[in-house]
Amino acid sequence: MCLGIPGEIVEIWEEGGLRNGKVRFGGIFREVCLSYVPEAKPGDYVIVHAGFAINTIDEEEAKATLAAAGDLVDEMR
Amino acid sequence: MKYLDEFRDGPRVRAQLQTLRECVSRPWRVMEICGGQTHNFLKSGLDGLLPKEIVLVHGPGCPVCVTSVELIDKAIALARRPEVILCSFGDMLRVPGSQADLLSVRAEGGEVRIVYSPLDALKIAEANPPRKVVFFGIGFETTAPMTAMAVLQAKKRGIGNFCLLAAHLLVPPAIEALLSSPGCQIQGFLAPGHVCTVSGYEAYEVIAEKWRTPIVVTGFEPLDLVQGLYMLVSQLEEGSHRVENQYRRAATRAGNPAAKAMLAEVFSVCDRKWRGLGLIPSSGYCLSPEYADLDAEKVFSFEGIASAEAEECIAGLVLQGQKKPPECSAFGSKCTPEHPLGAPMVSSEGACAAYHRFSPQRHQDTKP
Repeated sequence: MCLGIPGEIVEIWEEGGLRNGKVRFGGIFREVCLSYVPEAKPGDYVIVHAGFAINTIDEEEAKATLAAAGDLVDEMR
Repeated sequence: MKYLDEFRDGPRVRAQLQTLRECVSRPWRVMEICGGQTHNFLKSGLDGLLPKEIVLVHGPGCPVCVTSVELIDKAIALARRPEVILCSFGDMLRVPGSQADLLSVRAEGGEVRIVYSPLDALKIAEANPPRKVVFFGIGFETTAPMTAMAVLQAKKRGIGNFCLLAAHLLVPPAIEALLSSPGCQIQGFLAPGHVCTVSGYEAYEVIAEKWRTPIVVTGFEPLDLVQGLYMLVSQLEEGSHRVENQYRRAATRAGNPAAKAMLAEVFSVCDRKWRGLGLIPSSGYCLSPEYADLDAEKVFSFEGIASAEAEECIAGLVLQGQKKPPECSAFGSKCTPEHPLGAPMVSSEGACAAYHRFSPQRHQDTKP
């Protein structure tokens, strides 16, 4: 239920007063409402839940989270 | 960067598990709130790789599991009405009500449609003007903003045949309820990452301070889960009780302002009954007065619904983390995903379903 999948915004348009987007999840494209990510732009990654983007993914923070674990891998070698 | 595979990377997960093993020095009992986190712990086999000092208890963060049986019975009653099209998320369809479930109502001829987004239900209303379309709005703070948008759009565009059976829930009051129940042994929490992405985590700081309990906002992939546990156990070992954020790539302290504004516009906070936990004050979202005309509980009258639970079902104890599913006398025998007695065996995030699906033999040692 709180399943949120990361996807890449490919296209953005306005429809019926709502901000919509085409989002790519691997090889699949879905239409997603982007009303809750008003500053997101094509190329950004978003977390999608129940047909809406709930936030953009902060690339720097993602890298930092991976790096923290990556450093451990290096230390343990 | 796809933001999925990298967080499932074997070497990183193993290295993080090692730091977890090295930091733990005594037993700790911690709870992951979200059913999605429970599911992923079991699916990845991580639960079997944790240091034996760490007891992971599973929380009530499965909205399908905790939606009250009274509301499910109301949804069923609505679906039976010939003029109604009842729209719901798919995983609600096989959740047992007192006598039936939505899927059996559909089999009898009731119109029940599965939707992925509440906006789909709105489209169905627009496409079927003579019918009354009811959206069964379940889910936590993650999902409530989507329902709110559908309600707002219905009102704005004058879609008069759309209404909402409101069942949304808030997580922090449930954590308070768990911590205040006598005999609660939970020493720390992994907070739900996507709920916090929407709501922020200020409310969790109040809880951490009041109960002197550390809380770590955690994601869902294997690396997130182990890293979140490591951060939580580190705090427990040093005697801290802060809120920390492991899921920094998506969740922030303030949350999503646009989504929160929509929640404040469309919903008020109200008391709500949680299946298995009972009535929790200020734990639900109901429609605010300006949107009351879209409230299915006001649009329709409900008569003669006497709600009841299956006797052997110990879902409440499972959802509170006091029992593990294999300890239930009906687990795997009378209660299976094909014929469930309670919600946690049906839901894709339910603890009982997760145990049943991902190697029930592995958990034989928890049988009394």
